[in-house]
Amino acid sequence: MENRTDKNSYTLLFAVGMVIVVGGILAFLASSLSPAIAQNEKIEKQQNILYALGINNNEGTSANFIDAALAPEEFKKNVTEQLVLTFKDGSIVKTQTRQEYMDEANQEPYLIDVKKQQNLQKTEGTRLLPLFVGKNPEGKTLYVAPIRGKGLWDAIWGYVAVDEDMIVQGAYFDHKGETPGLGANIKQTYFMDDFTGEHLLNESGVFKGITVAKGNADPKNNDKNDYEVDAIAGATITGDGVTAMIKKDLGLYVPYFKTLKK
Amino acid sequence: MGLLSKKDSKLISDPLLDNNPITIQVLGICSALAITAELKASIVMSISVLFVLGVGNVVISLMRNIIPSKIRIIVQLVVVAALVIIVDQVLKAYAYELSKTLSVFVGLIITNCIIMGRFEAFALGNGPWRSFLDGIGNAAGYGFILILVGFFRELLGSGTLLGFPVLGDPIEKTGLYSIGYENNGFMLLSPMALIVVGLIIWVQRSRNKALIED
Repeated sequence: MENRTDKNSYTLLFAVGMVIVVGGILAFLASSLSPAIAQNEKIEKQQNILYALGINNNEGTSANFIDAALAPEEFKKNVTEQLVLTFKDGSIVKTQTRQEYMDEANQEPYLIDVKKQQNLQKTEGTRLLPLFVGKNPEGKTLYVAPIRGKGLWDAIWGYVAVDEDMIVQGAYFDHKGETPGLGANIKQTYFMDDFTGEHLLNESGVFKGITVAKGNADPKNNDKNDYEVDAIAGATITGDGVTAMIKKDLGLYVPYFKTLKK
Repeated sequence: MGLLSKKDSKLISDPLLDNNPITIQVLGICSALAITAELKASIVMSISVLFVLGVGNVVISLMRNIIPSKIRIIVQLVVVAALVIIVDQVLKAYAYELSKTLSVFVGLIITNCIIMGRFEAFALGNGPWRSFLDGIGNAAGYGFILILVGFFRELLGSGTLLGFPVLGDPIEKTGLYSIGYENNGFMLLSPMALIVVGLIIWVQRSRNKALIED
């Protein structure tokens, strides 16, 4: 027995066999489960957007989405339009409605891959910016924009709902692998709710963004005009990532909101 | 002990106390530092490791006579990685919410040295049933310390347990905070996990002198 497993030919054969068997199992599993996973991810995006609009099952301090089974119907009802803005060399050159975009790309605008678009912006200077128009439970029209950036360990992303003055009305953040208890807390209500009411533009209409700040001496976040929210202790880099993605991605939408005011 | 023989039950009880993977064998320290800032994460991690180590030990034990010794570490790595990925994919398809909670831990489970350590030290030389018990025992010992550390770090660092504010509201100054108590933000940072583990080791060795090495 000992001799047989020590032989080089056996070792090689075993390694090859193992790779084929394990690879086969994983490939079979991945391809048979992928439709269900894709469906789950689609519903999650809908839930994220609805969350930012204020349509959620929040109870107390924990963030809860609306039921996955209800999400597609609620999404259809509450998100009245999905605009696709084409950004090129610093300005928005084209605005498409959902129908126009669907005819062209055969894909729902909310499924636009933000990461891919960010790369396109880097390489070609052009990028599609989805913007979801919907009504919050009070009946106010809000605009939800997806944003994406880097945290400490991996990607972070979010959906920010603003009104036509670019005052934040709701935000949802999520992350791939931030530290539990520290950076992962960006998806806690106490952090996300702080953004509500914050202004993104100053009085003269210049985009200021929102900084996740350590020393703003405003833990209750009463001052909504300081372009700052209170940071999470022990999550400096994740917080800086949130600041950066708001500045970088939301800033691109400013020209569109200027056209709304005219 | 009708269910387990004395020798078998020692496989479970030993790693819980006098041969604890974290405090005695000093394995799995990395994940103990990384995810114990809150109690919930500690519990999730403990359950995940319990599952992976229990099943993984059985798989390795069943294969112990056919694994070529020259590449046994690679085989162990493949087994644990495949197991974790299978679980992750199935959860993603059928229990999406749960899979999102677990996503952070997937990488940490694969690289957890307790798992490789038990494969190497026990499952390669013992039968499936005993390997299973050894896996459960060690994972429980690991989880026990993890939950203990998570309990103190969340309580003293954030003033909450499982997210519930048990000490009052630090901003509104209610409960304990009204008499001047403050959260210790340092508890949330990884070095304090090491210090808490150190304190546990101290307590354990002062209660059982046999554990002290010269």
